[in-house]
Amino acid sequence: MTTTFDPYASSRETTEGTVFSVTGGDWDSLVSEIGESKEERIIVNMGPQHPSTHGVLRLVLELEGETVTEVRTGIGYLHTGIEKNIEFRNWTQAVTFATRMDYLSPIFNETAYCLAVEKLLGITNDVPERASVIRVLMMELNRISSHMVALGTGALELGAMAPMFFAFRDREIVLDTFEEITGLRMNMAYVRPGGVSQDLPEGMNVKLREVVKSLRKNFGDNAKLLIGNTIWMKRTEGIGYLDLAGCTTLGITGPVLRSAGLPWDLRKMQPYCGYENYEFDVITADTADVYGRFLVRMAELEQSLRIIEQAIDKLDKLEGQPVMVADKKIAWPAQLALGADGLGNSLDHIREIMGTSMESLIHHFKLVTEGFRVPAGQVYAAVESPRGELAAHVVSDGGTRPYRVHFREPSFNNLQSTSAMSEGGMVADIIGAVASIDPVMGGVDR
Amino acid sequence: MSEDQTGMFGATGTGDTSGYGGLVRTAASTGSTERPFGGYFDEVADDLERAYPDFADAITRVVVDRGELTLHIKKTRLPEVAYVLRDKLKFEMCMGVSGVHYPERTGAELVALYPLLSMTKNQRIRLEVATSDLDPHIPSVVEIWAGNNWHERETFDMFGIIFDGHPGLTRILMPDDWDGHPQRKDYPLGGISVEYKGATTPAPSNRRSYQ
Repeated sequence: MTTTFDPYASSRETTEGTVFSVTGGDWDSLVSEIGESKEERIIVNMGPQHPSTHGVLRLVLELEGETVTEVRTGIGYLHTGIEKNIEFRNWTQAVTFATRMDYLSPIFNETAYCLAVEKLLGITNDVPERASVIRVLMMELNRISSHMVALGTGALELGAMAPMFFAFRDREIVLDTFEEITGLRMNMAYVRPGGVSQDLPEGMNVKLREVVKSLRKNFGDNAKLLIGNTIWMKRTEGIGYLDLAGCTTLGITGPVLRSAGLPWDLRKMQPYCGYENYEFDVITADTADVYGRFLVRMAELEQSLRIIEQAIDKLDKLEGQPVMVADKKIAWPAQLALGADGLGNSLDHIREIMGTSMESLIHHFKLVTEGFRVPAGQVYAAVESPRGELAAHVVSDGGTRPYRVHFREPSFNNLQSTSAMSEGGMVADIIGAVASIDPVMGGVDR
Repeated sequence: MSEDQTGMFGATGTGDTSGYGGLVRTAASTGSTERPFGGYFDEVADDLERAYPDFADAITRVVVDRGELTLHIKKTRLPEVAYVLRDKLKFEMCMGVSGVHYPERTGAELVALYPLLSMTKNQRIRLEVATSDLDPHIPSVVEIWAGNNWHERETFDMFGIIFDGHPGLTRILMPDDWDGHPQRKDYPLGGISVEYKGATTPAPSNRRSYQ
């Protein structure tokens, strides 16, 4: 060691060999020390707290020079026991847990869970059309905000700063829209079994058209910066290659699968929430690399805008229709309406249960404290989330609480492909490969 | 899922005016579904019978419920059936494995469910395999669908089902030295009671529950 002593960046001998602690700014001393050893092979621990690993993901890399020979992935740092917690809440409360799994796509988590519960209840066809259209609208807005994070952070991790500013500017527009509709920017618990928690606020359709207009204009900024950009393409082309056979055997879905050339999209293949009534294209690429996945996500933004426009047109026609099933034994009784004071209580409803109808009060109390019952059985309901097939496997024993809820998380499944994408490549390309999978650790660990 | 229960609170003969008291809680059916199953399910069953001659012996029940087909398979036969489903019936994707713990089903407490997807034919089916709590072994399908690697590790972590033949069956979400398997029904949720403005709210698992 030639530099000054740093207690946090030292080396020590172990039975496994010399272990170096690296804190940044000590690269020269590290290189000189490693250079002295005869060992070619080094093992690098990356994460779990590393700015380029997309959250608390730990990668253990085995390197020969700069070539990666083995990648091992460590997860579980964000495990919060959501599936276990859901078993101790009623069927409606479970939505507030499900929404917190993959924090970049809350609406998808809620919809997958609610579609499963509705299937168990046998009310899939009773969900009002307006509720389904609102779900589609929210899901596509959410797809845009999620893809924006994928593109923005992906670019940042590869050294491009400006795309992240543009991406987060556009994401902010979507989150503001969510706040206006649901009251929350994230984790909204807006989709509920039987419909959605409340109707769109008055005049929202006009605002939504404005949002679509400004988003469409803004998308051009990142496209101009990155598509065809020489530096960007050198960092992404031919990197993180995973072909169709690899995707199939690893159970990969979503943009990663579509970048390998297969137009598999559950919105087209197994439509839910009325997706069969919308016109849109399934985007594919044939390069099966990071650049292909980037292009797929960029093009999907425009397709989402197309769906949103059609959803707004439908909402114009469905003005005043209900957004929750008619069956009062399932529909949440509150009839929430955002008042001028910003609070969500419906004064009409409170007047009815407190002033005129004892039966309504009892009904409200029973439904809210103990919830409804769901006939025994099990179902599997899948939606196309921004990361691939997100599915809920829900088991009921006939009670007021879910017996078991398991989420098939696309992030969890797709993260397995890190080794297949990175081994044999350069160490710097791991970052690009992981970013192109777009894992969200909240979803991976649940 | 044990026996039929009447009433929301498990009480009998009270003057429940809410209208909920008359609801009967039905237990899940335990029989096989009779043919025709409807949709493409008959085709899947026919194809599997043709491609796999031991069908009657390996598959104990065929259940169609809420538009989904479930094949209940003897655990020792799982890899054979899985190979046939992947290679002959084109179920090229396995979307993972989900565990369920039924403590009251003596001898078949632990259940593993495999949702399969055929992208070629746009079909979905589900495999169900049960095993005893005392002998929690199920053959691994990682050799057939490599993507099930992490899913089986998760199910081992959460339920203690040991997938024989898995290349590295270790805990994945919980710490390596964790005791017990959290998703089992006999594993407590934990949590502490919270005091707010003088009133105490018990932890979720200790709150009054409706059966």
